This record gives sequence, C-alpha cells and structure tokens, in this order.
Amino acid sequence: MSASPNASAGAAPPAGSTAWTVAGIRRALESRKVSARELTKDYYARIERENPRLNAFLALSPDRAYSQADAIDAKIARGEPLPPLAGVPAALKDVLDTRGTETTAGSRILKGYVPPYDATAIERLDRAGAIFLGKTNCDEFAMGSSNENSAFGPVHNPVALDRVPGGSSGGSAAAVAAGLAVVALGTDTGGSIRQPGALCGVPGMMPTYGRVSRYGLIAFASSLDRIGPFASTVEDVARVLEVIAGRDPLDATSADHPVPSYSAGLDAPVKGLRLGIPAEYFAEGLDPAIRQKIEAGIGLLKQLGCVPTPIAMPHTAYAIPTYYLIATAEASSNLARFDGVRYGLRVPGATLGEMYRKTRGAGFGPEVKRRIMLGTYALSAGYYDAFYLKAQKVRTLIKGDFDRAFQQVDLILTPTSPVTAFRLGERTEDPLAMYLADIYTVTGSLAGVTGISLPCGKVCGTLPVGLQVIGPHFEEGRVLRLARAFEAAGGFEL
Amino acid sequence: MKITREDVLRVAELANLELTESELSTYGAQLASILSYCEKLNELDTKNVEPLAQILESGAAGADKDQAPDGGERQHLRNDAPRDAGIIREVVRRAPDGLDAEPAYFRVPKVIDR
Repeated sequence: MSASPNASAGAAPPAGSTAWTVAGIRRALESRKVSARELTKDYYARIERENPRLNAFLALSPDRAYSQADAIDAKIARGEPLPPLAGVPAALKDVLDTRGTETTAGSRILKGYVPPYDATAIERLDRAGAIFLGKTNCDEFAMGSSNENSAFGPVHNPVALDRVPGGSSGGSAAAVAAGLAVVALGTDTGGSIRQPGALCGVPGMMPTYGRVSRYGLIAFASSLDRIGPFASTVEDVARVLEVIAGRDPLDATSADHPVPSYSAGLDAPVKGLRLGIPAEYFAEGLDPAIRQKIEAGIGLLKQLGCVPTPIAMPHTAYAIPTYYLIATAEASSNLARFDGVRYGLRVPGATLGEMYRKTRGAGFGPEVKRRIMLGTYALSAGYYDAFYLKAQKVRTLIKGDFDRAFQQVDLILTPTSPVTAFRLGERTEDPLAMYLADIYTVTGSLAGVTGISLPCGKVCGTLPVGLQVIGPHFEEGRVLRLARAFEAAGGFEL
Repeated sequence: MKITREDVLRVAELANLELTESELSTYGAQLASILSYCEKLNELDTKNVEPLAQILESGAAGADKDQAPDGGERQHLRNDAPRDAGIIREVVRRAPDGLDAEPAYFRVPKVIDR
C-alpha cells in the first residue's frame, strides 16, 4: 500500500479504487485537480453503487457533506490555508451523536432519533475539514463481533459478500475497505475496531483509554469504550487520531496528556524495538493459517532490526469472563436510560413501570437483552461479590500482565483474531462461542492500553489476517511508527 | 450453574425488561451456560488483589483544577454547576412525548395516585 496517492487523476481515482489519502486529497485540492464538492459527489456515487450489496451505511448526510465541501472549496477559492483533514470523505459509526443526522446505534429503540449536538470527536473532525458522508452500520449498541446484531441487517464483508465484516464497527471497516470512505470512525470496547479491521483487511486503531473524549458517544461500557480511526494507510490513521485526541472538559475521563503529531513521527527508526510475543496468544484455537501469516509478519519486523522477545501473559485465559462480566454490568447501567421518556421509541403502558418494560422489551434486540440480563445478574444482591467484584479483581491481574510485559518490551505483537471472516449466520446460535473469538482483543481493552490491527496478508487468497500491535498507555506514536515500518516493508501484502 | 425461571424473572424485573415466554427459557439456558464459564475466575486466588474500576492512575486522567469549597485544589472533577447547553427545546421536540413549553418537560404516565 503506497502512501503516495493517485493524485494525478482528473476527478477521482478509478471506480472501486481506494487510492485517495488525506495527503493526496490535499494536494489535489490545492492544485485544483479536484474540488471538495466533486470528490464528495464521487463518493456518494460509489456509495449508491456499492451500499445495496454491503449495507455499510445506515444513513447518509448529503446536506451536511456538501455544505462542508463547499466551505472547503470556498477556502481554496480565497486562498486560505486548509485545515488538516480538508475535503476528506469520512464515515461515522452510528453510535456517535451527529447533529442533524439520524443516530440509532443500530437499534430499533433509537430509530428516528436525530441528535441536537455533535460528539466531541465528531466536532473535532468537522473543524478539521472532513466531509461527513453518513453513519455506518454496527452491532446494536456496539454489542457484537460480526455485525449480525444490527437491527437494520448485517453488513457484508467487501472481500467476500457471504461473510461477516466483523464487529461491532463492521460498517466503518467495510466502508473503508470498499473505498466508500477515505477514513472512518469506529468504537472499540472489546475489539470492535481492531477485529473488523482485521476481517476486512484495513488498519484500525484503539487509542489508550482517555486519549479521545467519549462525550457524545452512546455509552456501552464506560470504563472500556474508546473511539478510534480506520483508514487505508497508517499515515491516515495517524492524521485522524491527532485531530480527535486530547482533553475535553465534557468528558471527565479524557486525559490531560499532550497530543504529539503522530503523523510527523511515523518514519522514525524502529531498529532495536523489543517486540513481546506472548505464547498465550498462539495457543490452541488459533487458525494455523493465521499463525503462519503472523509469524511471517514477525519475521519481517525482525528483518527491519526489531527484536522479537518471548513473554508470558499468564492471565490471558481469564480475560473473556472478566470482560463479559464487567462490560455487561456497565452496559446494564448505561442502557437504563433507554426507557421511552426522553428519546427514541415509547410503547405506551398503563403505569410508568409498564411503559419502561414494554418499551425496552420491544426496542432492544436479543443480544442487547441478553447482555443487560447478564450484567444485571452480575450486579444483583448475592452475586455482586462472586461475579462483578471478582471480575474487577482479575482485571487488576490482567493489567498487571501488561505492566510487567512493558517493563521487558516496547510493544506486544499478537494475532488480532483467531479466525478470519466467517460466513453470515455461521455463529449466531451460540453466544458464548461468539464471545470466545474476542480472546486476543479484550485483554488490551481491560488494561486500557492502545492497539492497532494491521493487514498481514490473506488466507486462501481472499480472507485478510490481522496483526495486532499493542503499546503502553499513551504510546500511540510508538505503535504507529512500527505500523508504518511494517506497511512500508510490504507487511500488508505478506 | 443452575438458573431457575424465578431467577430469570427476578433479573428481568430488575432490568425493566418485558420478556416473552420463549425469551425467558432461552435466556435462562444461555445465562446458565455463560455464568458457568465465568466461574473459571474462581481458579484464581484474589484474596489480596484490589479491584480495578478505573484504568488511569490518579493524576493521569484529565483534571480541571477547580477550587474546592475548602479552598484547596480538586483534581479530576469540575465544579458541580449546571450549565445551559442551549438545546432544551430541540431535546423535548425530539422526545416521544415532550412539551415545548416554558419550562420544557417530558410527559409520562401518572406516577402517583391520589
């Protein structure tokens, strides 16, 4: 994947091409080879052509997109300096509040809801000059690993239409993979950016907990939720992250930690970086074809002068129950707000309680109800200590695995997912089996660290494999630097 | 792990969820299977382990350095003072049964009988 785009094209790269990048768009706009309006129109034409097959977008926002595009074109006409993401067509996961555009979180309970304000990450993208094409499909309230829990039908993986794109940010990953957006925002609670990135073959990054404000994100699990970017190149992931990151007074958990220019630091040397390879991530359950690609990826990084180092992360096997107890407990509390009073669906009832129960019974889908039930159970009298408190204690042990590892190594390398994109419908019957596939991503979620999934070749010639690079808190720059070196060395096409 | 029909009903009641008969039995079986798997955590001795609720260490999370009532500096939390977001009318207009009046409010079924 080249960082230099096909900027010489008259209006846009050929149909289906994903060659536009942030820098390429900027050059094309400045040299007047294309206008932001033309680019926007071209992307809507692609969406019109491809979305019926993919179901990646739930709502389009052409009024806002064209007004954003016209504002950029006006700046160019006046010779004003362009903001960092000028004219970049962006897709936004439907759990992020966007002023004036329907935002459903993939749920019937929010069908028709049009937020009166922008999430902070959205507002920052807007100020940076991005073009908001529309809202992308996702598992209902971001709960799922296949996008099959959307109330509005699953997304189809652009690399194989009979397969899932991963989840929960499946629409955002598919939109970038299919060239229907240059960048996209997703959210990651237990792997929901990294895993669909892996299954669709595009880079997707989970920033450190607190790196990006969660204000305006429809909350799933507040101690785990992150907002992060998808793009076709590592440079573009960096360019989006440096725009959306940083302290926000509207989110008390957003970190007051300086935001470096991630894109400026990308080409610093990686020679000598110690890469931890935890044996626990290569044990039973990993598809041997994936293992082979990951090992080839590690080999490539060794050739670049990095130093693979075996490490132990002994509590990895406890991460799935820990994650599912904590995430569902937090969800059961967060989703209490959907009660038919202030927004979305209301099913009438004779009493307030009956209205709550009927509204929630009719408005939530099966997986959301299952998780609310699980979380409510784990928090209920008599079970709190045995399940919720126990999980919080094991979370301390899992974070300890990462703390110890990062005393020995600079980054950790693992597969993103033990499986490649599976067939639609193949795993919907057994929720526990679906949860177990999150084994390599929930650990980093629980530890609050940052991680990216990078394309690392394909199995059977079509199904992408994801390599996960995990870094310590607030070391996004180091993660991206290694990611960029891997990309430049041809790792994406291994 | 055994989950009875009464357990499921009790949890649904706590969660304000109306469930159908078939949901009651499906969720009962699935919760039993998932919670049994979660009992794996009991393999670990956590007697001397502190629970982790918030990932960022004290001081790392963002802080508006507000004046606490005692005059000292308070980290992490801003003053608990309401601010007008200026969107209340838009909010009630979008509600299932909101009244765009002065003051604006949401209508719900009667809560108190008298």
